[in-house]
Amino acid sequence: MALPADQDSFKAAVLPHLDAAFNLARWLMRNTQDAEDVVQEAVLRALTYFPGFRGENPRGWLLQIVRNAAYASMKLNRGAMMVSVGDDTSLPEPADPGDDPEATLMKEQDRAQMGRLLATLPVELRETLVLRELEEMSYKAIAEITAAPIGTVMSRLWRARRLLAAAAKAEENRR
Amino acid sequence: MSATASCERILLAQADFDGELDAAQAAEMEAHRAGCPICQAAYAEMKRMREDLRSSDLYRRAPAELRRRLAAQPAAAPVPPTQPRVAWWRRPAANFGMGAAVAAALTFLILSPGQQSMVDQVVAGHVRALQPGHLEDVISTDRHTVKPWFDGKLDFAPPVKDLRDKGFPLDGGRLDYLGGRAVAALVYEHGKHPINLFAWPSAGNLDASPTFAERSGYNLVHWVQDGMMIWVVSDLEKTELGEFVRLWRAAS
Repeated sequence: MALPADQDSFKAAVLPHLDAAFNLARWLMRNTQDAEDVVQEAVLRALTYFPGFRGENPRGWLLQIVRNAAYASMKLNRGAMMVSVGDDTSLPEPADPGDDPEATLMKEQDRAQMGRLLATLPVELRETLVLRELEEMSYKAIAEITAAPIGTVMSRLWRARRLLAAAAKAEENRR
Repeated sequence: MSATASCERILLAQADFDGELDAAQAAEMEAHRAGCPICQAAYAEMKRMREDLRSSDLYRRAPAELRRRLAAQPAAAPVPPTQPRVAWWRRPAANFGMGAAVAAALTFLILSPGQQSMVDQVVAGHVRALQPGHLEDVISTDRHTVKPWFDGKLDFAPPVKDLRDKGFPLDGGRLDYLGGRAVAALVYEHGKHPINLFAWPSAGNLDASPTFAERSGYNLVHWVQDGMMIWVVSDLEKTELGEFVRLWRAAS
């Protein structure tokens, strides 16, 4: 890039939010390598959008781009199909705890279980819950990033929580 | 959070839990909750789940190596090593694309907010296409190569027209991503000036006449034809781009 001065302000806007960008990408893509690719792609896109960026809410701005890049990547790699959500959302299949090599350590297992169950949520519900509970964002901020009305954010969040609670309970009963 | 029992105010109870209500609404919900076992149980369940989620170490921070790489060079687009011939739209943009974009004399025409955002995305798509080594896929030569190339890559058949004999040769195509969907991007050339044409199916199917817009030193034209949303962007001057649009619309 031929713009060293602008790169400084670009870095100042983007780099503080790299963790948020990676966290979202990681939970959308569900693996580290794809998440790294998505974040790298998003930062490149952000650089081209940067001249039009007015400096408000750089975190939300970057996360929007990360989300678009992640969805583009999911769409191109048919292996990571997006799950569409109907009204009759069925429960995610709880992962078999026997698969976990650390299953003997109860505490580790509980922690891993939460992540595993979260990863099984349909992507629209997963991203909403991740932005609310891990990124601790407001409904309005989530609505902007996910390009959805606030009412949709509220119902997705509620369904995400209900599904996750049901899946956790199902897993508990299984033991 | 039982799936069967419900309360019509459950989303408000959730909004209260998430700190989204003002003081008066929150007080009202608190009073409601005192007499509503469903909202009480939901509140307790959300609280427990929040503690579980936040104590489970689920926040994934950017790996140090990724951070280092991006901090060193945010635009680290991997340039393919020693390509014998690099198409012009893959060559380093020098001051051509980014310089104009950074000048950023933003011109707002009468466009809806959705179109405004599309203008930004189209310009960004154009500028992105000028970056070295960034395109997902590029092919070149004539329409008989370009059109089949899109088969199986998109869920629609983009209109591929060559205007070589009119002075606007088709140089290639690629996939791009605009407005939340995969689109076809066709690359034309006129006197060393690249023209990007983006096409995807229109939801409404109503044809619309060309509208001009200008952004960051680029000229844009948008229309709807034969059920396709079309955006054209270039640094060509407006009259020449208008001629391209006229020819393209008339071509079969």
